[in-house]
Amino acid sequence: MSTPSAKVLIVVAALAAVAVIVPNTNSFMILLTTRALAFSILVMSVDILLGYTGLASLGQAAYLAVGAYVTAVLTTKYQFGLGWDFWLVLLFGILLGAGLASVFGLLAIRATGVYFLMITLALGQCVWGLAYRWNSLTGGDNGINLRQRPKFGINLADEVTFFYLVLGVFAVSLLIMFTLVRSPFGRSLVGIREREQRMKILGYNTWLHKYLAFIIAGAFGGLAGVLWAHTAGIVSPVNVELPTSVDALLMAVLGGSGTLVGGVIGTFIVFFLREWLSTVVPWWQYVLGGVYVLTILYLPTGLMGVPQRLRHASFRAIANGRRN
Amino acid sequence: MTSTLLRRLSPPLLASSMVLGLNLAASAEELRIGFVAPTTGIFAQVGKDMVDGFAMYLDEKMNKFGSADVKFIVEDEQAKPDTAVTKAKKLILQDKVHILVGGLLASSGYALAPVSTAEKVLYILPVSAADDLTQRDLPKYPYIIRTGWSSSQPSHPFGQWACEQGYKKIVAIGADYAFGYEVIGGFQRAFEACGGKIIQKIWPPIGTKDFGPYIPTIKADADAIFSLMVGPMSLQFPKQLAASGNKKPVLGGGTSYDEFVLPSMGDEVIGHVSALQYSAALETPKNEAFVKAYRAKFGKVPSYYSETNYTTADMIDQVIQKYNGKFPGAEEFIRQLVAMKFDTLRGPVSFDDMRNPVQNIYIKKVEKQKMFGYPNAELWNTVIKTYPNVSQFGQFKKAEFLATPVYSRDYPPCKYCQ
Repeated sequence: MSTPSAKVLIVVAALAAVAVIVPNTNSFMILLTTRALAFSILVMSVDILLGYTGLASLGQAAYLAVGAYVTAVLTTKYQFGLGWDFWLVLLFGILLGAGLASVFGLLAIRATGVYFLMITLALGQCVWGLAYRWNSLTGGDNGINLRQRPKFGINLADEVTFFYLVLGVFAVSLLIMFTLVRSPFGRSLVGIREREQRMKILGYNTWLHKYLAFIIAGAFGGLAGVLWAHTAGIVSPVNVELPTSVDALLMAVLGGSGTLVGGVIGTFIVFFLREWLSTVVPWWQYVLGGVYVLTILYLPTGLMGVPQRLRHASFRAIANGRRN
Repeated sequence: MTSTLLRRLSPPLLASSMVLGLNLAASAEELRIGFVAPTTGIFAQVGKDMVDGFAMYLDEKMNKFGSADVKFIVEDEQAKPDTAVTKAKKLILQDKVHILVGGLLASSGYALAPVSTAEKVLYILPVSAADDLTQRDLPKYPYIIRTGWSSSQPSHPFGQWACEQGYKKIVAIGADYAFGYEVIGGFQRAFEACGGKIIQKIWPPIGTKDFGPYIPTIKADADAIFSLMVGPMSLQFPKQLAASGNKKPVLGGGTSYDEFVLPSMGDEVIGHVSALQYSAALETPKNEAFVKAYRAKFGKVPSYYSETNYTTADMIDQVIQKYNGKFPGAEEFIRQLVAMKFDTLRGPVSFDDMRNPVQNIYIKKVEKQKMFGYPNAELWNTVIKTYPNVSQFGQFKKAEFLATPVYSRDYPPCKYCQ
């Protein structure tokens, strides 16, 4: 049985391993890892909603987009965010993500289940429509190119430096979300997921809890967007499209929802299948599809459920052995 | 001390340098070409045409450009600009390619051009047609060159042609994104410059399948309809237009009737006229041989996507041969390429000083006929008029052209729309 502190140790060790190993691989690997790390912040934000609050959102890409577009617009139109003010942009991204979520939340939180899915989908598509049609601001279908990455003492144009920055932001985000879900607030979210009626009877304002969770998820989505904009240096409506939201949801489910770390593992698996394996073999889509199907058929709790399943299996084996 | 050391070391040094020299002589130069195209997703078929065109040329040359062995590496951009960027970076950083080729959509071109600037790598655009890459944005991208076309290039002579047919009022209907704005914008500028009037512009979203809400709004007093469709829209629009009982002549952007979709179309498109720099029905011996070889190999008539990539491979080959199979560096390569004239499948091609091809634009009419000795009557884009040596500015003056904004949803303004 691994205790929570043992699990934390494993995560810290894994992060340290990534920090040591990845910079020594080739630069494509570094870029991929950086992108996966930035995107996994978004996936963790989805997990806050899906895994801890029981709300499946299909519009999470909207917050990624807001963060990414604000970064791109400020950088290209106002040359803002290319020095120390990068941290301000990061803050703007978070605030805008939270702000947008606080508006959308008012509309979405009233619904649950499939209806929540549909409302978030519709709201996400509204943001997509804006990105696609507001040509003067967003560049429409062509998107916006960020020509340079920020420079403040350290030069983020260097892939390794940028990787460390994203890894750092990722680690802090993980820590904050981890603390959050273990706090009384996080516990009551789980309570709402399990049985909202009972929590209401116990006197919890479940609407407010869900609303706050929604805003927090939006804030992390915005944060992910700021980093995401700088990974490839292009922001376009593709980042806001429905498939991006679906990806985030699938990654969370693949790794195991309600675990935070599971979403990160899911992100890395999908990213490496899609962006790395696709450079190796042309039939990568079958592998990706196969992984999804097998997970849903045999691992309904995602990859994070594997250790527990193994334990159960071995307990059963031991029990069976004793009986014989 | 140093001299004895040198003397002692010189035999092995000499030997090793000789071995190295021998090795160099034995193994020819390697030319690495990275190719980005969407090979999965909704644009996978277009991507396949692109790759097939380039690969066919390589096959014909047994993978050798001059004395250089060509290493051709294809990456899937999934028609997403940020994936295009990561794949391009993989090609540049990991595979160390000399030349980056490809990109389908305008958005991919816009995404890849800055990568070429940042990494100082030659980037050749055979398909991606966004006007500004070789117009107002060109100074930002010193390492790109276009071997295909710019979106509005065929539209300029086409607008002129429409005037000559006596059309006075035309309604334009086109996919609602940058490529649509540029093709229709170019047509509008040219058509209105010679006295025509665009009396209505309709922008159905990209991917529209049901044109029911749009077709009835087409103004009755129009002499003709100009359409710009992409992908599945190209198939649906003419069908639904014919079903609505339309009697007006239909004109279209090149991609509306490209051979990529033409074989899947019905007889309702017969008589429709479009403009592009290539038609598979070009009756030159060179093109006939190409069409037959391509069709024998891939079972379909080549589209412009295949042709432009075949031609691009040809151009790279000819430049590399000038340097005896050695890649001369991006700047020198571009200098050489723009100075050359090419006799290609689509006709003579040279380059203007903004690194865009100057080439023939063909006005093509869809006709059902037998061509190149094939037994069945099929739909072909018969060339009815050739505008020779058209630059991206067409009949307009370069300076005046560049002083106006790039074509968009609102430019040129629709002066005659009520």
